[in-house]
Amino acid sequence: MEAEKNLYTVSVYTENNIGLLNRISAIFQRRHINIESLNTSASEIEGVSKFTIVVEITEDQMKKIIGQIEKQVEVIKAYFHKDEDTIYQESCLFKIKSDLLFDERQIQNIIKESNARIVTVNKDFFVLEKSGRREEVELLHRELSVFGILQFTRSGRIAVTKDAMEISKMLLAFNN
Amino acid sequence: MEAETIKNTQKSSQQTERISGSEAIIKCLLAEGVDILYGYPGGAIMPVYDELYKYQDKIHHVLTRHEQGATHSAQGYARISGKVGVCIATSGPGATNLITGIADAQIDSTPMVCITGQVASHLLGSDAFQETDIVGISTPVTKWNCQITKASEIPEVFAKAFYIAKSGRPGPVLIDITKDAQFEEFDFKYKKCNGIRSYIPVPKLNNASVEAAATLINEAKKPMIVWGQGVSLGEAEAEFKAVVEKAGIPSAWTILGAGAIPTSHPLNIGMVGMHGNYAPNVLTNECDVLIAIGMRFDDRVTGNLATYAKQAKIIHFEIDPAEVDKNVKTDVAVLGDAKESLAALLPLLQEKTYPEWHQKFKDLYATEFEKVIKNDLHPTKEGLTMGEVLKEINSQTKGDAAIVSDVGQHQMIACRYANFNKTRSNITSGGLGTMGFGLPAAIGAKMAAPEREVISISGDGGYQMTIQELGTIFQQKAGVKIVVLNNEFLGMVRQWQQLFFDKRYASTEMVNPDFVAIAKGYSIDAQKVTKREELKEAVAKMINTDGPYFLEVCVEKEDNVFPMVPSGASVSDIRLE
Repeated sequence: MEAEKNLYTVSVYTENNIGLLNRISAIFQRRHINIESLNTSASEIEGVSKFTIVVEITEDQMKKIIGQIEKQVEVIKAYFHKDEDTIYQESCLFKIKSDLLFDERQIQNIIKESNARIVTVNKDFFVLEKSGRREEVELLHRELSVFGILQFTRSGRIAVTKDAMEISKMLLAFNN
Repeated sequence: MEAETIKNTQKSSQQTERISGSEAIIKCLLAEGVDILYGYPGGAIMPVYDELYKYQDKIHHVLTRHEQGATHSAQGYARISGKVGVCIATSGPGATNLITGIADAQIDSTPMVCITGQVASHLLGSDAFQETDIVGISTPVTKWNCQITKASEIPEVFAKAFYIAKSGRPGPVLIDITKDAQFEEFDFKYKKCNGIRSYIPVPKLNNASVEAAATLINEAKKPMIVWGQGVSLGEAEAEFKAVVEKAGIPSAWTILGAGAIPTSHPLNIGMVGMHGNYAPNVLTNECDVLIAIGMRFDDRVTGNLATYAKQAKIIHFEIDPAEVDKNVKTDVAVLGDAKESLAALLPLLQEKTYPEWHQKFKDLYATEFEKVIKNDLHPTKEGLTMGEVLKEINSQTKGDAAIVSDVGQHQMIACRYANFNKTRSNITSGGLGTMGFGLPAAIGAKMAAPEREVISISGDGGYQMTIQELGTIFQQKAGVKIVVLNNEFLGMVRQWQQLFFDKRYASTEMVNPDFVAIAKGYSIDAQKVTKREELKEAVAKMINTDGPYFLEVCVEKEDNVFPMVPSGASVSDIRLE
């Protein structure tokens, strides 16, 4: 019987070093696991980076991979969460011909209803930004694609967890 | 602002001095107590070699004949001494030739620092001559790696490298240094590293888990210990022996655990795994508590996991949290350093013996002796066996030698039959199974422990993978005793072909050169033995020779190594023939 796969959000707090991305992604690659999305950014702590990685794997695989990630010298701490334990968002940008804004009245309604934001408009094109869950972003994409999209891009998932991470406490313990 | 990520509790005693990056590298090595390193020069590392020339009275550079040899020598040095082995190479092919040894050190937890030269920083990414992305290439097989492009980074990176390589579960570290950073002058000051904030080398021992382990052990009716290299890596031999003896538990070892307690110890019940002893493999599936100490349940140890020790409670003493529940689900995990954990366990254990349970091991040993060991050690057929060569070496070295084996049939025979009185005496490539490991590893081992008898035992296949290191032995006058057990086959592969591929011996037969002539070409005294009656005297001559010696023993061509747990089978389905 094959174990059930889940969508997990992995949060990895690390030092900000060259090559660490390679080291972490190699852990997934070696086990033939596809990364659904990956985002790196600053974290709440100065000088500490945060990786947010989304993967669809079994719980057993997830636990072992967290062990392998935490084993890396420059990783401070790694966590994994299911969707219900995080608040998560993705962000996307659409570049669309400006004419359509006036020729196709429906577009204005779609923008309003989707809570998307117009970032910029010029005579050739306008840029629309939408943040939300994957389903919302995908719905907007479907609705707009009818009219033609010049460019589309979507970010990886970013997430914060409902429970506390306590990285600062961990780092404080080291300094003492 | 740069965050303070490493701890230097030791205050620097020296004033800063303005020196080049390459001289700084030498000073870092000296500060870390390095007196020997193995390597091969080339364009991108020449400034460091220039400094090695100036410092040759303080630090001995061993010119191997191939960079792979340098890594294995550094590994042999580290394995016998517990110190960090160091090797050095140039960029490009020099660096890529280190990879096999690095991967070997990673999987066998060997502390090693590898230094590679790199093209000048302004050329990085330009496909310059001998440029290769060695940091990218080595990432999956190093514990840590780092590229230095400014001389000022050298002291901190070297301090971290040695700390990381040696602390916790040891492993290989690679430092890549651009040529311009080697030339650049800066104000040098060295401070040893004592901690890195993102790195916990040894998990904090949890007393509750030690107590839970003690309770399970004390209540056990048929306990069994399987120990690995963690015991010797943690320098916990004394604590381990005390635990084994007080608890009276029959104890088996993995290939890298060999020798942590002597082979002759009454509670030492032999080797587990694919070619391990019959009793500990069979009784793994009969014990009620299995106590794993500093081992990682490798597939060559466990066979089929679905049928591995399912009846037993599992206790796992382990330093690396990622190993717990990785292959075998544990009932009690004791995370921590073996020395500390076993010392904490000892007072909680009841003094016990298990005569009936222990007798089962002895009975199964008798079966194994009758079916396998007798024929290996006391053969009646004409051809020489690998086992009788080991028996002769045991008898003449009295079990005090360090045995450095290569990979294959001879390795399994060496591990099964060599007597180890001392810890850190079985030096072999366990996890990676690197043919060609033995000869260069023996060089490093002999240099780290010149007072010890170091015997390299190889097959005719693996020996030829790094045979060029005879040149290193010759130049260094390294007193390595080299034994080649020649069956004119890649024996282990041939054995599998015989058993599982209907004797289709695809590319396993070797047409070999005159090995004695080759050794003599390097001025190494050498002899070839083809008959049983010549063996004793030949081994005596080898042992009594001051300096290196080469002994070729022509053994039975198609002997097999038994017992054997066929790949994917249960350990209790081990075959005796």
